[in-house]
Amino acid sequence: MSAISIDHISKSYGDSQALKSVSFKVGEGELFGLIGPDGAGKSTLFRILTTLLLPDEGEATVVGHDIIDDYRLIRKEVGYMPGKFSLYQDLSVEENLSFFATIFGTTIEENYDLIKDIYIQIEPFKKRLAGKLSGGMKQKLALCCALIHKPRVLFLDEPTTGVDAVSRKEFWEMLKSLVKKDISILVSTPYMDEASLCDRIALIQHGEVLSIDEPSAMIKGYQKQVYAVKSNNFYELIELLRAQDFTTSALPFGDCLHLTTEDELDVKAILRMISDKGYPNVEMTKIPPTIEDIFLGLSDTQTENANA
Amino acid sequence: MPESTTHAISVEGLTKKFGDFTAVDAISFTVEKGEIFGFLGANGAGKTTAIRMLTGLSKPTSGTGTVAGYDVLRESEKIKKRIGYMSQKFSLYNDLTVKENIRFYGGIYGLSRAQIKEKTETILVDLELTKVANKVVAALPLGWKQRLAFSVSMVHDPDIVFLDEPTGGVDPRVRRQFWETIYQVSAKGRTIFVTTHYMDEAEYCGRVSIMVDGEIKALDTPQALKAQYQATSMDDVFLQLARHTSANG
Repeated sequence: MSAISIDHISKSYGDSQALKSVSFKVGEGELFGLIGPDGAGKSTLFRILTTLLLPDEGEATVVGHDIIDDYRLIRKEVGYMPGKFSLYQDLSVEENLSFFATIFGTTIEENYDLIKDIYIQIEPFKKRLAGKLSGGMKQKLALCCALIHKPRVLFLDEPTTGVDAVSRKEFWEMLKSLVKKDISILVSTPYMDEASLCDRIALIQHGEVLSIDEPSAMIKGYQKQVYAVKSNNFYELIELLRAQDFTTSALPFGDCLHLTTEDELDVKAILRMISDKGYPNVEMTKIPPTIEDIFLGLSDTQTENANA
Repeated sequence: MPESTTHAISVEGLTKKFGDFTAVDAISFTVEKGEIFGFLGANGAGKTTAIRMLTGLSKPTSGTGTVAGYDVLRESEKIKKRIGYMSQKFSLYNDLTVKENIRFYGGIYGLSRAQIKEKTETILVDLELTKVANKVVAALPLGWKQRLAFSVSMVHDPDIVFLDEPTGGVDPRVRRQFWETIYQVSAKGRTIFVTTHYMDEAEYCGRVSIMVDGEIKALDTPQALKAQYQATSMDDVFLQLARHTSANG
């Protein structure tokens, strides 16, 4: 049985279609990432799966229960961490946790094992009001509250947005240890670099799934060629490369730019051409694509349509 | 900006204490005019407090400095007139139209009617927003909103623009377009002071500072920082500097 099964789910708000016939399955004990920017439809999908919103079309089950007919059963078995911090700001850390435990008819003690590794990090501040916690601590408390009833499936909507690079890495380590305890996780993120930390991912944009696979398989299966180009005249070089026939795209990627092409290039010949145009000292290396390259490649046409 | 100053920002020993807690601990640095300066740090490292002091919203406990040529202790109102500010959380009013937002901010910064009219025209043409000038901002795609917010933060032609996580959560393509806009603005001589959690964006800055526990632990060009910490990326540099403290939350 799948932890989550989504079958042609669609949802519109007035004229704007938030989800367009989305289908995928999340296996038991799987860490599944929903990767896409703001406005992709990620939160809408989370609200539908956690039975807070009805789809216009399609069907879905969570741990075998139908999201419409069996919504009460689902609510008992899932933990949900919404994108917006939704704990009680005027209750203390301890009070929030015990509140959520009580709601689900359990106690902190009963499931302490599950949250222990995370909770000990915020325990020194257990008397502090939730509203007075730093961003990193709020995030840890919210995760504890979502886990306190030992859910079988965990829904985490952008848990790392606005969180610094170090805390983000630690958060993912926590998720890895949770899936080992037989909890299935559906997690969304706008940070493409977090995709490689998931077992499988779905790239989503404008309500449509662009691709679903294991991150490594997605990288292997990508049809286009990607080259990392290093130069001191970054922005001039981008313009030069964009003007070439062989270029699909030339985009900045941190300290280099990524040139994407349909066909394999003769790197030496290209470097000679670039040098002739007045840019010597350019380095160019073929690299495996990153998930961000793939997302940008797949989303090419869609972005233009959405702004039209 | 007074002629004599050469730096857009120059602070020395800038400190902010809340009771026993030192949020910002004697930071000193300068930002050159026209520079793109990346201001990085973990959550809770003191970035927001530092930015509040630099933008005249919070009085330093001790230390000295100038922003846009004005004293951070005594001339905070003058500073506010010479800087722009934009963040994901606070920028445009969603229920006002594009035009109304420009007019509103123009009014706030004391522009005359004629100036507002001229600015509105320039922004609408530059950003190709003429067709949607009378649409409410809520209806615009995020990328447009973001560039409009950036333009609006510069409606009074400030010397320095503070961008506080301007690209959080946005489409990777839109993020890149936004950085191209930042480069264009900086090329015209305006100073950019930017915070981000995207480490690839740190590479786009002229120089980068990294705050840890209220102190600036590193400050240099991305290339020099990577060489200094023998790191392959700014992500590595950041992790080496910030990792040990994150257990505090």
